Amino acid sequence: MNWINNVVRPKIRSFLKQRDDSAENLWVKCPESGEMVFYRDLEANQWVVPNSGYHMKIKSADRLASFFDDGSYETVALPEVPVDPLKFRDQKRYVDRLRDSRTKTGMDDAVMVTKGRLYGRPVTVGVQDFDFMGGSLGMAAGSAVITGLETAERDKTPFVLFVASGGARMQEGILSLMQMPRTTVAVLRLREAGLPFIVVFTNPTTGGVTASYAMLGDVHLAEPGALICFAGPRVIEQTIREKLPKGFQRSEYLYEHGMVDMVVHRHNLRATIGSLTGILTKAEPAPELASQPPVARISMRAAAVAAEGDDDLVTAPPEAAHAE
Amino acid sequence: MQSYLDFEKPVADLEGKIAELKSLASTDQAVSIEEEVNRLSARAEEALADIYKKLTPWQKTQVARHPQRPHFSDYVKSLITEWVPLAGDRKFGEDAALLAGFGRFEGQSVAILGQEKGSNTEERLRHNFGMARPEGYRKAVRLMDMADRFNIPVVAFVDTAGAYPGIGAEERGQAEAIARSTEKCLELGVPNLAIIIGEGGSGGAIAIATANRVLMMENAIYSVISPEAGASILWRDAAKAQDAANNMKITASDLLGFGVIDGIISEPVGGAHRHHDQVMDATRRAIGKFLSDYSGKSRLELREQRREKFLSIGTNLA
Repeated sequence: MNWINNVVRPKIRSFLKQRDDSAENLWVKCPESGEMVFYRDLEANQWVVPNSGYHMKIKSADRLASFFDDGSYETVALPEVPVDPLKFRDQKRYVDRLRDSRTKTGMDDAVMVTKGRLYGRPVTVGVQDFDFMGGSLGMAAGSAVITGLETAERDKTPFVLFVASGGARMQEGILSLMQMPRTTVAVLRLREAGLPFIVVFTNPTTGGVTASYAMLGDVHLAEPGALICFAGPRVIEQTIREKLPKGFQRSEYLYEHGMVDMVVHRHNLRATIGSLTGILTKAEPAPELASQPPVARISMRAAAVAAEGDDDLVTAPPEAAHAE
Repeated sequence: MQSYLDFEKPVADLEGKIAELKSLASTDQAVSIEEEVNRLSARAEEALADIYKKLTPWQKTQVARHPQRPHFSDYVKSLITEWVPLAGDRKFGEDAALLAGFGRFEGQSVAILGQEKGSNTEERLRHNFGMARPEGYRKAVRLMDMADRFNIPVVAFVDTAGAYPGIGAEERGQAEAIARSTEKCLELGVPNLAIIIGEGGSGGAIAIATANRVLMMENAIYSVISPEAGASILWRDAAKAQDAANNMKITASDLLGFGVIDGIISEPVGGAHRHHDQVMDATRRAIGKFLSDYSGKSRLELREQRREKFLSIGTNLA
């Protein structure tokens, strides 16, 4: 029966899965409260579960569409990078993994860079997508982050970066590690040009990404309940051999420990970043923002973020990287 | 006492025979062993040279971690005079995993930092096996800041399996501390040199290894993740560490080929742990050359050379 389980079943499964997608998965289960939500309601609510407030993963395109004025933006071309210089192979060849991820997601790699307007003012925005090999940081993603920072510097705009990552892309070995200093150079140059760099932590952000550009923003915002860490919970548990405290390494915990400035509900990100970038660049006030009451921008989510069992949801899939 | 790695068995056997002969001769003066000892010694030397000529990445990993390999403190003892260790990050605490201080190299003022693994159980515990916490990296930042203000070159000896993964370290911002330390390296207006002397483990290494010139000892390794951890994630089996080491390109010659490092310091036959003196001489020459190559450069030149060097890494590979 083994070969049937191993060979045939995955094929059938993937076949069924494709069918599922095209037939539309009408109901989505909230990973926190377990309630079933109609997917159109979720979509309309920027993938925040209406009752529990749980922030689900949102596709890059959806995020950008709800962030920019009128949902319109331009995609910035990214530099070509060498493919698989290590000729890496684990259980699978890296080039095959890359090809599969590209087919599955329609993206070239984990980071895309865009420009558009936010409350009428030009802004450069990067998004790191966890769906592409766990948002792992390889040469392509590193170069994309650099392109984003350099585009902002050249266009004299603020740079907003939504981060999500399982860490370094191990299949690129040391060249993945080198993205930490490389991106840091670009962060420094944007800073020296006097332009703001706003980082938005989304679930999850770990490893080498947290330990480089993500922690070097002028302002750090975080979506509620996001896992943000250097070493992942599992690595720590294995090292110290004890259970971790509830809420450990979540956005609210990092806020308490002084690592992020605000925990912001996804619905309030646009206005918060609009105000921040406007104030820091001394732009004319935007009327919509000036007339807005100081919303609960620091929306600390009351719900226990460390609901038991949600650890699996935020852990990188096996092909995703992880750094120490 | 010499301890042997498993792949050094042929050498161990020969040297064992030599020791046996010598002890035999000391009890029985009538036996002449000189000729036999010389013959065996020559064979042992040959075997050692043979083995070390073709070390696999996994074998190098074992050499890089050899307990008798010179550590941070050995380099400081041999190369630095008037060593003044400084302590504390002025924020939370002192971290003995990452040591830092000032001293003189051939009379010239230098700032020194690096991880110390310790060479016996007590020391290893005190230095946390060379795995630094945020305080270590914040101390490094503090020291680099000082070096920058007083216009003193920085030399870092890198030897760590990685930054420490623990609750307290996370709580106090391990990621931020590493990011700031890398950032500080890239802001320095003084020359900095990094030498990977044993293990260059991931973010914990890059935080102090972002330098104008990065050198590696011949048998050192430098990688994004330890072979064991890499194996447990990519192969789902920590026992595949050997495969991971062989695949990940972690040796000095691999990294020189990628342009990730700028040079290799040769080790004596049989590895750095066999002849500390020769290692110190070679390292002394490398540091001396670095200081003279980079003296007289302007602050801006130094910073830009470093930044451009890192930006260009990987861009010219096929």
